Amino acid sequence: MKIAVCVKQVPDTEARLRVAGDGRWVDEENLPFVINESDEYALEEALQIAERTVGEVVVLSIGPARVREALRKCLALGAHRAMHLSDEAFAGGDAMATGRALAAAIAREGFDLVLTGSQSDDVGSGSTGSIVAGHLGWPHAWLVMGVELEEGNSSAKVTREMESGMNEVLRIQLPAVLEIQAGLNHPRYASLKGIMQAKKKEMAEVSAADLGLDGAAIGASGATVEILSVAFPESGEGARIIEGDASSAAQELVDRLQKEARVL
Amino acid sequence: MSAKVWIVVQHREGHLHRMSREAIAGGQQLASLLGGTAEAVVLGHGVGPVAEELGGYDLAAVHVADAEALADYTPGGYVGVLAAALKDHAPTHVVLAHSYQNIEYMARLAQAVGGSLLPEATGFETDEEGVVWRRPVLGGKLQARVRAVGPAPLLVSFQSGVFGGSDAATGNAPRVELDASAAAPDREILGVEEVAGEHVDLSAAEIVVAVGRGIGDGDKLKIIEALAESLGAEIGASRPVIDNGWLPRDRQIGSSGQTIAPKLYIAIGISGAIQHLVGMKGASTVVAVNKDAEAPIFGVADYGIVGDLHEIVPALTEAIREAKAAAG
Ligand SMILES: Cc1cc2nc3c(=O)[nH]c(=O)nc-3n(C[C@H](O)[C@H](O)[C@H](O)COP(=O)(O)OP(=O)(O)OC[C@H]3O[C@@H](n4cnc5c(N)ncnc54)[C@H](O)[C@@H]3O)c2cc1C
Repeated sequence: MKIAVCVKQVPDTEARLRVAGDGRWVDEENLPFVINESDEYALEEALQIAERTVGEVVVLSIGPARVREALRKCLALGAHRAMHLSDEAFAGGDAMATGRALAAAIAREGFDLVLTGSQSDDVGSGSTGSIVAGHLGWPHAWLVMGVELEEGNSSAKVTREMESGMNEVLRIQLPAVLEIQAGLNHPRYASLKGIMQAKKKEMAEVSAADLGLDGAAIGASGATVEILSVAFPESGEGARIIEGDASSAAQELVDRLQKEARVL
Repeated sequence: MSAKVWIVVQHREGHLHRMSREAIAGGQQLASLLGGTAEAVVLGHGVGPVAEELGGYDLAAVHVADAEALADYTPGGYVGVLAAALKDHAPTHVVLAHSYQNIEYMARLAQAVGGSLLPEATGFETDEEGVVWRRPVLGGKLQARVRAVGPAPLLVSFQSGVFGGSDAATGNAPRVELDASAAAPDREILGVEEVAGEHVDLSAAEIVVAVGRGIGDGDKLKIIEALAESLGAEIGASRPVIDNGWLPRDRQIGSSGQTIAPKLYIAIGISGAIQHLVGMKGASTVVAVNKDAEAPIFGVADYGIVGDLHEIVPALTEAIREAKAAAG
């Protein structure tokens, strides 16, 4: 099977965030970036399916030059080729604009299956894969916790996470877009050999013009929502922060839990 | 143009989903802020009782699409019917609860009708230029103010707990039939199953010690076990701890896991993402240990210690043992 995997590079969840000077997003200078968590699971699932079906895995990402590092990592993990949708015209897109661009790149090549993560750890719309599916006219499923290809790879048994510890099992015709939820497999680590091989693998640069996309429909011009500002939330009352070294803070906490909160 | 707010509800076994009642309250408030009307939409097969329940709210209409092809929810069934209906009736806003089912199809519906998309709103207000929405970004570490700048309709989902379901205004709404012929189911439902696990029921525990990704590695869990033992507590976890295989799935707390309301909840190395918070917000007393003073968990905690959990947790275990020994 020929599988496309859409990945996004996002700020490391461990990173200390600062609001940028214009107040509209975080300051990206010196900010460490990683592959979005659920996208790592999507890539692993694609690699496993490709291993079973003697297939090809192509990773796609939209973003500035830094996303090449994320794509390179995907190649080191075993993806066969990468496509970097690299164009100023893609910048500032929301899920609607980004989904349109990714769908155009996928349609141009032709794939049997598209995997994405379920939700990005930065903007978190949980929507991009569904929008890609809409443009392609393919069925899709969100929060996928299991994929089992059926007879002739024309359909798949898909497990979809529901609220409160239940899963729904469904059958979906392929080609389809499956939006993978974190936790369905155990993503592999890159081997030294993989890292060496990645350097020789193809990383294509794709512009909006290559995809025949109208600049008004993509990036900030094609976005349907715009972030005006971001700020650290006001914590309201917030927690009473107990100061001091570990042992005195621990003792004060136990004291307060006994005498103030009366829960011990 | 005055606003026409459609609220598409979710239901199960003849009852409205809890979050859909909240969405009705949110949709009504949006309509009144914009000086427009609010109408509900329900899709399904044999949805008479749900339509009747909706009829008891203060809504201009209850649109009902009742067809066999809608008996099970499928994205193709819902998007087919709703895309046709949005074109016919031209609402300005489509409001939904931010539930897994709704998230799955709302983006596709926005794409199908060429509308605008704003998932996970946590509030709204107006300024000189129109409506400003709020929604969390970066795992709730930051709040964004967002404006819809694309074509109508705007599809917006409200995060759980933003509005109170009991705040939805009651009234008398007329039922209107909606054409369901465009339903095109795109999946076959094979069944529903419980997530495998040992089935630990954390909801019975008075004290829960919950561990997050901040623990760093599964082999560091011993300090958490010792703390839980000193308190006679159960151990719970945030999702990444489970995803990494450090604890079994039935220990997960949150929107995909268990919902608990213990007397005491101690969150260790957990940032406080909304999907985790919805599982533990009923706890009476919340303690957070986190090295990041800006972690959102401190916004919902009663007590906090900022620092390295690998130092604080053993010290806490020690202090609890001493206090218990002193109490005899
Ligand atoms: C549809 C969907 C459903 C989800 N369902 C759930 C769910 O049911 N339950 C759930 O929990 N999540 C769920 N999630 C995931 C959720 O969005 C968050 O990603 C998750 O809760 C984060 O877990 P965490 O706080 O442990 O990790 P992180 O957000 O990575 O936070 C780790 C924290 O540990 C702190 N830390 C690190 N090292 C130390 C140290 N040495 N000492 C002290 N503190 C330290 C850091 O400062 C940080 O705050 C879901 C997500 C989606 C999209």
